[in-house]
Amino acid sequence: MDLSNPYIQAALQFLAIFITFNVVLMIVAYTVLAERRILGFIQGRLGPNRVGPGGVLQPFADLLKFIFKEEIVPDKSTRFVYFLAPLIAVTAAMMTLIVYPFGPRVTLPYFGQVELVIARFDIALLYVLAVTSIGVYGIALAGWASNSKYSLMGGLRSSAQMISYELSLGLSLVGVILMSGTLDLYEIVEQQSGWYGFKWNIFPQFIGFVVYLTSAIAETNRVPFDLPEAETELVAGFHTEYSALKFALFFMAEYINMFTVSVLATTLFLGGWNVPGLALLFSPGSIPFAVFSVIGFFVKVFFFLFLYIWLRGTLPRFRFDQLMSFGWKFLLPVALLNVVLTATLVWLGVL
Amino acid sequence: MTILIFLLLAALTVGCAIAMVAQRNPLYSAIALIGVFLGMAGIYVTLAAPFIAAIQVIVYAGAIMVLVVFVIMLLNVEEEVRRPIRLRYLIPLGVFLAALLFAETAFIIYFIETSAYNPPPATQSNVGLTASVGTGLFTKYLLPFEITSLLILMAIVGAITLARRVPALEVGGRRMQAATTESEKPSAAD
Repeated sequence: MDLSNPYIQAALQFLAIFITFNVVLMIVAYTVLAERRILGFIQGRLGPNRVGPGGVLQPFADLLKFIFKEEIVPDKSTRFVYFLAPLIAVTAAMMTLIVYPFGPRVTLPYFGQVELVIARFDIALLYVLAVTSIGVYGIALAGWASNSKYSLMGGLRSSAQMISYELSLGLSLVGVILMSGTLDLYEIVEQQSGWYGFKWNIFPQFIGFVVYLTSAIAETNRVPFDLPEAETELVAGFHTEYSALKFALFFMAEYINMFTVSVLATTLFLGGWNVPGLALLFSPGSIPFAVFSVIGFFVKVFFFLFLYIWLRGTLPRFRFDQLMSFGWKFLLPVALLNVVLTATLVWLGVL
Repeated sequence: MTILIFLLLAALTVGCAIAMVAQRNPLYSAIALIGVFLGMAGIYVTLAAPFIAAIQVIVYAGAIMVLVVFVIMLLNVEEEVRRPIRLRYLIPLGVFLAALLFAETAFIIYFIETSAYNPPPATQSNVGLTASVGTGLFTKYLLPFEITSLLILMAIVGAITLARRVPALEVGGRRMQAATTESEKPSAAD
């Protein structure tokens, strides 16, 4: 087998993407379970613990239930768009998964030196922003196509919210881009290695990190920014009229988005796969070094996922006007200030 | 392989473009237009211009079209009703102009194919990379870039001026209009 053959490379690439999708779907399924258990803990109850030991088989039970539920399509819905919307939501959520570096360079037997990233290219960060901006259509079109007032209000709210917070999200990343001088995620991670973790971007870019985290929660429509699906006002928001597997697709898209947003936060601000002091124990490039780096990466990602769940158990929902004025009058100026500050410091040669 | 990808993307782009014009439901047109932008972004990638492709998706498909869809949803725009075409004599002119456009494109392609100048293959140059686009934009093409941004700024200011409500003149804490109508009423009764 010749590894330089483009067809074999393409086949390996496909295999890697297939494995990534499945691994991420498993993580997503267990994030849902973890959310229910942790929320239960926070609220002083047990949560689902009947299916399998401690409830570990609950995600599969849920999936089976979703598959066997009756599909109800609203009579006056716009058929084509109604079916298209959940597909857009899931596709856009999954497409970003391929660009994230999850481990360092490692020398494997037979394969030689391998970078643990599926697709490495010049504009990885822009690609992430571009694909996530397409994800808005899934929600907006779902709300419109259902032909229900609750869905429409949910869709309108969510598109307004996502447009507003996308600005602060993009601007909060500019600081990191200015400091690292590249859009290639792999290189951004590599630049953060060393100094026992004090080279992570979270230290010089703390304002950017906070702005990013806040607008990321708003972008994924999570508590306290879950206005698009505020139960008390809108039944279930944009997915009110969706049932069975199509609802499951929206649900999946939301949790994949949560995961990717956490991965991006880890990659840009928490040093990606860099584990402080690991180079003292193993030589960089060896297999144990790579294994522990990947574990470190996932620990950071799971910390962010836990943070999401924690916030959901803790904070009440914003009012819509509060949400808008917070996004436009506070978050955006702070993000702009951060850009100006970072640019000045980089120009002066401090950072 | 490259030609196959190109044909796929071109079919997507052209098909969506036709659908955009032919659709009578404004939201379907908007979705088709998004398809056009995505297809064009794909073509940019095959032409080794990834930065332009990403910006195309972020700005056009991700920002501008979201606003268009938002407005269509908010205003609940009705499906267009087919009306008799009033400007019937313009049809031959349209056909003629389309033919002219096609002839022009064909001539340019023929001209490029037969010309002696041989540019380096796109995959070897760094023309489309972010760094080179940025450098070009802020050094060699700074003036056109600034003029364009000024133009866009003017458009924004214009839009805000048009959309702004004219505030009523305030005199002594009372609205001018209300004051005049109130003072006029008794005099009319007299």
